[in-house]
Amino acid sequence: MPAQQQKWLNLFMKVLPLSLLFLLTGCSERFVLLNPKGPVAEVQKDLILWSIWFMLFIIVVIFVLFAVILWKYRERPENLDYEPPDQHGNTLLEIIWTAIPVLIVIALAIPTVKATFELEKPPKESRGVEPIVIHATAADWKWIFSYPEENIETVNYVNIPKDVPVEFKLTAVGGMSALWIPELGGQKYNMAGMGMTLYLQADHVGTFKGRNSNFTGEGFAHQTFDVNAMEKEDFYKWVKETQASAPLLTKKQFNEIIQVGVLKDKLTFSGTHLAWVDFAKPGEHLDNIPAKEKHGTIKLEEVESDHHDNREHESHQHEGH
Amino acid sequence: MKWDEFFVTGEPLIYMADAAIVLTIIGIVFVLTYFKKWKWLWKEWLTTVDHKKIGIMYIISAVLMLFRGGVDALLMRAQLTVPNNTFLDSQHYNEIFTTHGTIMILFMAMPFIFGIMNIAVPLQIGARDVAFPYLNALSFWTFFFGALLFNISFVIGGSPDAGWTAYMPLAGNELSPGPGQNYYLLGLQISGIGSLISGINFIVTILKMRAPGMTLMRMPMFTWATLITSILVVFAFPVLTVALALMTLDRIFGTHFFTLSGDGVPMHWANLFWIWGHPEVYIAILPAFGVFSEVVSTFARKRLFGYTAMVWSMVAISVLSMLVWVHHFFTMGSGAPVNAFFSVSTMAIAIPTGVKIFNWLFTLYKGRIKFTSAMLWSLAFIPTFVIGGVTGVMLSMAAADYQYHNTYFLVAHFHNTLICGTVFAVFAALHYWYPKMFGVILNEKLGKITFWFFVLGFNVCFLPQYVLGFMGMPRRIYTYPADAGWTELNVISTIGAVMMGIGFIFLCINVVYTYFKGERDLTGDPWDGRTLEWSIPSPAPHYNFAVTPQVKGLDAWWMMKKERKEGKEEEKPEYKPIHMPSNSGRPFIMSIFFFIAGFGLVFEWMPVAIIGLIGVIICMILRSFEYDDGYYVPVEEIKQTEAGRE
Ligand code: HEM
Ligand SMILES: [Cu+2]
Ligand SMILES: [Cu+2]
Repeated sequence: MPAQQQKWLNLFMKVLPLSLLFLLTGCSERFVLLNPKGPVAEVQKDLILWSIWFMLFIIVVIFVLFAVILWKYRERPENLDYEPPDQHGNTLLEIIWTAIPVLIVIALAIPTVKATFELEKPPKESRGVEPIVIHATAADWKWIFSYPEENIETVNYVNIPKDVPVEFKLTAVGGMSALWIPELGGQKYNMAGMGMTLYLQADHVGTFKGRNSNFTGEGFAHQTFDVNAMEKEDFYKWVKETQASAPLLTKKQFNEIIQVGVLKDKLTFSGTHLAWVDFAKPGEHLDNIPAKEKHGTIKLEEVESDHHDNREHESHQHEGH
Repeated sequence: MKWDEFFVTGEPLIYMADAAIVLTIIGIVFVLTYFKKWKWLWKEWLTTVDHKKIGIMYIISAVLMLFRGGVDALLMRAQLTVPNNTFLDSQHYNEIFTTHGTIMILFMAMPFIFGIMNIAVPLQIGARDVAFPYLNALSFWTFFFGALLFNISFVIGGSPDAGWTAYMPLAGNELSPGPGQNYYLLGLQISGIGSLISGINFIVTILKMRAPGMTLMRMPMFTWATLITSILVVFAFPVLTVALALMTLDRIFGTHFFTLSGDGVPMHWANLFWIWGHPEVYIAILPAFGVFSEVVSTFARKRLFGYTAMVWSMVAISVLSMLVWVHHFFTMGSGAPVNAFFSVSTMAIAIPTGVKIFNWLFTLYKGRIKFTSAMLWSLAFIPTFVIGGVTGVMLSMAAADYQYHNTYFLVAHFHNTLICGTVFAVFAALHYWYPKMFGVILNEKLGKITFWFFVLGFNVCFLPQYVLGFMGMPRRIYTYPADAGWTELNVISTIGAVMMGIGFIFLCINVVYTYFKGERDLTGDPWDGRTLEWSIPSPAPHYNFAVTPQVKGLDAWWMMKKERKEGKEEEKPEYKPIHMPSNSGRPFIMSIFFFIAGFGLVFEWMPVAIIGLIGVIICMILRSFEYDDGYYVPVEEIKQTEAGRE
């Protein structure tokens, strides 16, 4: 019975998105987009929630209209001789349903434009605090973080001080990647031969997941890293220790690291590769680096068991806080 | 290249596919030979220039591609169902999602739409054929051989694996060596020729070949949608052609347009790709809007509400769709002013889209709504597409998109628009126009089973993916760890995908069932339709209209029926011989040469490529010296065909 089926369809269509929303606003830890740990992600969360209310309003209005109209004007055995009227349109109605979306778009556009401009600068919560500069270089398939001031380089993890804006300088060795730490804020692309700036900040201590979110081939799924946000004192203690005890990064080692392949180790060095190469400069990219072998087939089992062997450079393992 | 690299080896799935392909070919050859059908195949199909037959071939190819793309989809869902799955390795998964995306958009959605346009548009405007029937055949065959070239990649040479967006530098020689990416470039290039020609063909057809009295504002909405879509095609496709050509030069001839080395700019590829790519998604959706307008108005038994607003909103959408492409790479760092501009222009598209939704709703209002299969697809479109639209608006907010971009939220959005828009539309259109194509009506019961499996399956599959986006699951990963917390929703999603697969199987069953047992449409007007295609017998005779109809208003056939009911005197039609274009084998042969040229370029075997190109040029020269003026259908034959009705 079609009308009956239609009713079920409507019910289903209404219940599902709503229940999803309740899940979302429940703000459980798992919904990283709604679980900000810093001011940038906070701005984005507010924007997202603001838009969700309008979108829900639209969905409810249209679904209700839809259900009522279908129910009322469905063909029944009794109304088979009903001939629908010849309506051409209705100017007033058409103006109304053009005007309301216009208003909604304005209501969304203003905060969007504001936020978009705001995110190009360090967060206003920490105005006056000097940002810490960290170069984030994506290589297929690992992350390299260089602290030019502190003269430290880390691989696959990054330590940052809490409540200090971080000025990430994004670039890449090969494929176009994207640095994304959902709990701290949205992504931007890392591109070889050019540099971009992404401001993020943590206002909680903790370890957050970061990753490359832009597809770069075989090892892409494994190109993740940890962000450890620490108290300022802890951070500077770590900096001092590392400067003193971590092995010096050599050119040879660095060239090993950036060869195409999955690398899951967390490595720490004193000195940065910026001393001899900056991939943000035009013309600096993997094609100019002596290549080992660019392609191999990656199987998950290998990746999982691969960490320990064949990396004989004395790396200082560091497992977050 | 060594021979063991020529054929893809080492995967049981691939060997199974090899066997299936060989068996299918043997089967087809055997059947054709056994039933002595070779000549029939050549005369009736391969050389035809009849828009209805070309439309049917488009649709058959599109359904095959839907099957192929659907199998890809199920393989991906199988891999993602549980964490740390090893069903597919990374390389294999990457090839599959790349071919899935490319096939679904370019070799499924596009040809399906072109098929429907081919069948419906000339009939809706009272024309004998499209403006350039020979070119129409060429459109189809270039599409067909382009798609074939792309499809053989998975058994010969290896498939592309850089995504349907093929971003540089990943898609360049350094990071994607081998023929895979070349297949993408050449397959799309060859089929792109067909799309561009079709665009031109339909613009001319609609502008020049309407029946007397059919002013622009009396055109059926599907014809309007086709006109606007064709204009978009003509503006957008040359951009793709150029972009593909430049990347081909980069990969095969060592230029540096998009490479990292030699001062190339990879970002230019993304830019050019989306200058085509965004209009492309509207090329896929506007005809769908047209189909829904026809079906909703027919089965609500009401004139389309706000016809003028419907037309202008489509014009507005098509203009805006040229001004929003940057929303696909807000994260490329164009700066706040640029991102802000493209945010607002993108949101603005929602306004004309909303107008259309309300107009459909008010077409239903006070109607008498009949729930046929075609109508069910059109009705389901309204609420589901609204979800796709509002999530599009959420994505268009640049600052928020920094979070959504590259996640499953995006994946859910575009499936919500493309499936609930384009796929629902082509299914609706198939049910709706099936009698006009084949003279039989698709079984309603099976149609409804298909519908419920597919629509429920769709929601079960894709609504959870919005949530997965909020949980930070990036797109295009081939596996994820167990502690990510994404498992439950991925399991649900896979269940939905299987349901959609079952729906598709029922569609195929329906086609077979209808072939043997389908109810014949003897009236030519099984739905009590409103537009001219329902004024002629089913299936449509090859000359379409025995006498060119006179159009007095919108919904011309509805008006004629009304006048008839009011007892108005009808003139006896006076038949005259009808001029028709002759068949030609050249489009088919020329496209084979395109295929040879493309294949040569894929493997960088230049002699082969050159032979192919010379073949193409010879075909073009021969065409220029052709003096075939077509033939006439004699009055006797027309009388006989027309008498067979009622
Ligand atoms: C209200 C209308 C719509 C709006 C505001 C909208 C907005 C957007 C935005 C902003 C994106 C980019 C998101 C990102 O990459 O982060 C996007 C992606 C996409 N949209 Fe829409 N959209 C709309 C309708 C449609 C329609 C009708 C279709 C197709 C029929 C469509 C198909 C797509 C596709 C295929 C992508 C992603 C392509 C890819 O990255 O692979 N959208 N949309
Ligand atoms: Cu760039
Ligand atoms: Cu777009």
